[in-house]
Amino acid sequence: MNFLKKFFKKFVRDLFKRKSHVKLGLYGPPNSGKTTLANRICLDWLGEEMGSASSMAHETREIQIKEEINLQRNGKELTFNLVDTPGIATRIDYEDFVKKGMKKEEAKARAKEATKGVIDSIKWLDDMDCVIVVLDSTEDPYSQVNITIIGNLQARDIPVLLVANKIDLKKSDIKKIEAAFPQYQVVGISAKNGKKIDAFYDALFDVVQ
Amino acid sequence: MSLTLQFVPYVQIADLGSARRVKKLLDLVKQDKIILLEGRLEKQEEADLIEITMEEIDDAFTGIELAVINPQGDSDNVVDKLKSGFANMLLGNRTGMTIIGPANIVAEIKQNPTKIELMMKEGPQKVAKVARKRRMKRNK
Repeated sequence: MNFLKKFFKKFVRDLFKRKSHVKLGLYGPPNSGKTTLANRICLDWLGEEMGSASSMAHETREIQIKEEINLQRNGKELTFNLVDTPGIATRIDYEDFVKKGMKKEEAKARAKEATKGVIDSIKWLDDMDCVIVVLDSTEDPYSQVNITIIGNLQARDIPVLLVANKIDLKKSDIKKIEAAFPQYQVVGISAKNGKKIDAFYDALFDVVQ
Repeated sequence: MSLTLQFVPYVQIADLGSARRVKKLLDLVKQDKIILLEGRLEKQEEADLIEITMEEIDDAFTGIELAVINPQGDSDNVVDKLKSGFANMLLGNRTGMTIIGPANIVAEIKQNPTKIELMMKEGPQKVAKVARKRRMKRNK
């Protein structure tokens, strides 16, 4: 029964893919660099940024979409709608924002928006045709948030590309991510300075097409 | 000051629907208990647990820490998949263990395939005091 359900979903998705543009989601925990990567993609192919990124967690608290991004590589073409999602977390404490220098009321409002953002990110999972999971390669990849995101994508039969971001940092360890999720292709990049971004675009073509 | 670890046997949630399973676990966590659930939730239920946790977050409840130990892993091997599928059919998701703790007490759960470490927040006494204070403020 489950197999038939998956087959039907894949069939509908493939049909949709041929007719319209692929919906490409950026998922991951907070502060992994999803918006920085979204900005890099948009700058490279549209000439404009998507949203603001910062070192404070939950900077992106609403789903952001850039439509009709057209990638061209080695004679191949790929058009997609890029969906940048708020980082998924299991805990949000307004006091963490206060500690970063925010006023109490502002911090509470930000925490409230952040919880809504997480809910939206989870709800949008069903709408994705393909997902880039952005992980901070300086952090331990064995977190339950990462496992839950990837497990849910696997259960929905959605193609996944794992991005090990922040490889420009000394503590970066791509091998740890590869060991944690051996069934997926992992591309190491620095979204901030564009390091290995060509390898990322090549991998994106492989996963989406 | 003591910490409560509550073991929840799989039979206690086996007959519940997804929403009631998640609610039951979350209600226990909100009583400042660390839950040791026999077995695992479905992947969708894990996502539901995060979603409902987010809906319930307020000044007093700041979320959860979650870890799942799955001895069979999510292998891509067809034989392993068949084996675990057959075991799940007979027993439900009874293999492994799920640990859920309130974020005001558990700072972080570090896990790798063979080991789980619960990092507690500051000192349990101080944490409980802060949680109590926040709850009192909310109830005023």
